[in-house]
Amino acid sequence: MLNYTIRRLLFAIPVLLFISFIIFLILDLAPSDPTGNLPLTIPPEVREKIRQSLGLGEPMYWRYLMWCKQFFINEPLNIWDQWMGTCSFNCEDRLRVISYVTRSPVVDLIVERLPQTLWVVGMSYVVGILIAIPVGVISAYRQYSIFDQAGTFVSMVGYSVPPFFSGVLVIVIFSVQLGWFPSIYDTTLKVTDWASFKMQLRQMVLPVMVLALQTTAQISRFMRASMLDNLNMDYVRTARAKGMKERTVLLVHVLRNSLIPVVTVIALAVPSIFGGAIITEQVFKVNGIGQLLIIGIQGGDAPLVQTLTFIFAVLIVLFNLIADILYGILDPRIRYD
Amino acid sequence: MTDAAKAAEKPRSQWADVWAQFRSHRGAMIGMGFFVFICLLVIFGPMLWDIAPNKIDIRAKNQGPSLAHPFGTDQLGRDTFAQVLAGGRVSLLVGVTAMAISLFLGTLVGVLAGYFKRLDSPLMRLTDLFLALPILPLLLVIIMLFRDPLRAAFGPEKGIFILVVFVIGITSWMHTARIVRGDVLSLKEQEFVLAARSIGTPPHRMILRHILPNVLSPIMVSATLGIATAIITESAISFLGLGFPSDFPTWGRLLSDSTNFMSLHPERVIWPGLAISLTVLAVNYIGDGLRDALDPRIRGR
Repeated sequence: MLNYTIRRLLFAIPVLLFISFIIFLILDLAPSDPTGNLPLTIPPEVREKIRQSLGLGEPMYWRYLMWCKQFFINEPLNIWDQWMGTCSFNCEDRLRVISYVTRSPVVDLIVERLPQTLWVVGMSYVVGILIAIPVGVISAYRQYSIFDQAGTFVSMVGYSVPPFFSGVLVIVIFSVQLGWFPSIYDTTLKVTDWASFKMQLRQMVLPVMVLALQTTAQISRFMRASMLDNLNMDYVRTARAKGMKERTVLLVHVLRNSLIPVVTVIALAVPSIFGGAIITEQVFKVNGIGQLLIIGIQGGDAPLVQTLTFIFAVLIVLFNLIADILYGILDPRIRYD
Repeated sequence: MTDAAKAAEKPRSQWADVWAQFRSHRGAMIGMGFFVFICLLVIFGPMLWDIAPNKIDIRAKNQGPSLAHPFGTDQLGRDTFAQVLAGGRVSLLVGVTAMAISLFLGTLVGVLAGYFKRLDSPLMRLTDLFLALPILPLLLVIIMLFRDPLRAAFGPEKGIFILVVFVIGITSWMHTARIVRGDVLSLKEQEFVLAARSIGTPPHRMILRHILPNVLSPIMVSATLGIATAIITESAISFLGLGFPSDFPTWGRLLSDSTNFMSLHPERVIWPGLAISLTVLAVNYIGDGLRDALDPRIRGR
């Protein structure tokens, strides 16, 4: 298992490097000019100087290598120094990935935005899983019952209704018509006392609901299919024949075995939930990393977009790996070596 | 012997079986009916509904539903019903064309990787690589960056159309390729393939005559699901303000425009959103029914 993990990790390195190069190439081939948004009164020679100061005068491969050095060596060193409060390898003149627009380090921008995204996305994922697993279990146990049919329909709807419609719809219903929840997620809110905590809960309800609907739709179907596979197994009949309580059979024997494939699905879907959060953040005006990406794209901020997109790619590769390893650990029949 | 008896004696073809199974799936039949209805509506609707979608009638702005404007009008007095019809044309066309591209690519890669052993490993590595790409951010980046040159080359609407369709097509073929490759690999071991090879069938005829017809069912299922995802992706791009120009209605564009007036005219959000959701729901149900109908293990039960 350890062998397999190390091999996969080693294989992930060239894949990620290649992906970062593709992203860089796409951003570089594009005919956009980072000085295009500056006022027209700036004379051309100053504009050229600004372009030089952004590093645009260098050849392409050189700029890519610089980005690699900044992202893979300088940024981790910087994080290390910040944690330890040290200054290793002359930290004063260490170059970091700098945003074209704000002229501040990209990683700092992302770190600033990350908690909001993680709160909303992470919470919705947890809520979605907590709803999906019981729904899947009951649908499978009472297959073709009214509950199962309704569950199938709701998950079909969850698949089909895009978050930019369900989000707008819940805003119209719960915020415009009923006035129960705020429609905009206020990230400046500090939770200090009970009232602000209630406020925080209220503003999280709508975005979490929208994202959780998508998660629930996917995972409850997997849970149901996996339960159905296991319910017909011989070991279930044996357990019942031994005179075990139905509860024990269902919740101990069948559920534990059915969760194995579902856990891997949960791991695999984590990156895509970040992708879906891009739209949900836009709907509820959450200033998380999805919104940061949109701003970066609209402003032609190549280093920011490059870094963020690459982080998304890292998430995908990482969670694929985690899913495979989890499957191997949880199911002793799976051996990769 | 009567005609009916003769018909009953005729051996049932495979496709008749599939159709019979498909018809027994109630959701799929409703979905199919709705999808055909929507298609007919957006194709022939604009011919019958004679208000142009971009006709500005500022005196009739922000109206609720009425006989003259069944879905109401927007802030410039444009008829929402006509806009939804025109938007549906674009959205469905984008969905079908993008699906066709991704299906072609996916089938090509899948068959080549499954049939030719030497191509298998590089093509599958390529597929894995594409699967590891963060699709939505890249889509947004590509569209944002290549919008202007394509607009200059093909005109504002056609340029964006080509861009959106191609970008969705080349970023969504991977699942089809994987499924097709798996099926081709198992087909290749079967005896009829060996028999065909033993009489000297060249590879291209082998693929076209013997392999492709047998992998048709997974391809059809992923085609329907591909339409659904392509429609959603196009709407998402339009919703984020990166798709078609704003005087060119698509469902996502209409939805995004009307969210600005959400607190004043909440009903205006409903129509385009409902159109997207119901169409995608219908297509998903068709896909569900097709999957059951094309699976010989389920068919006949």
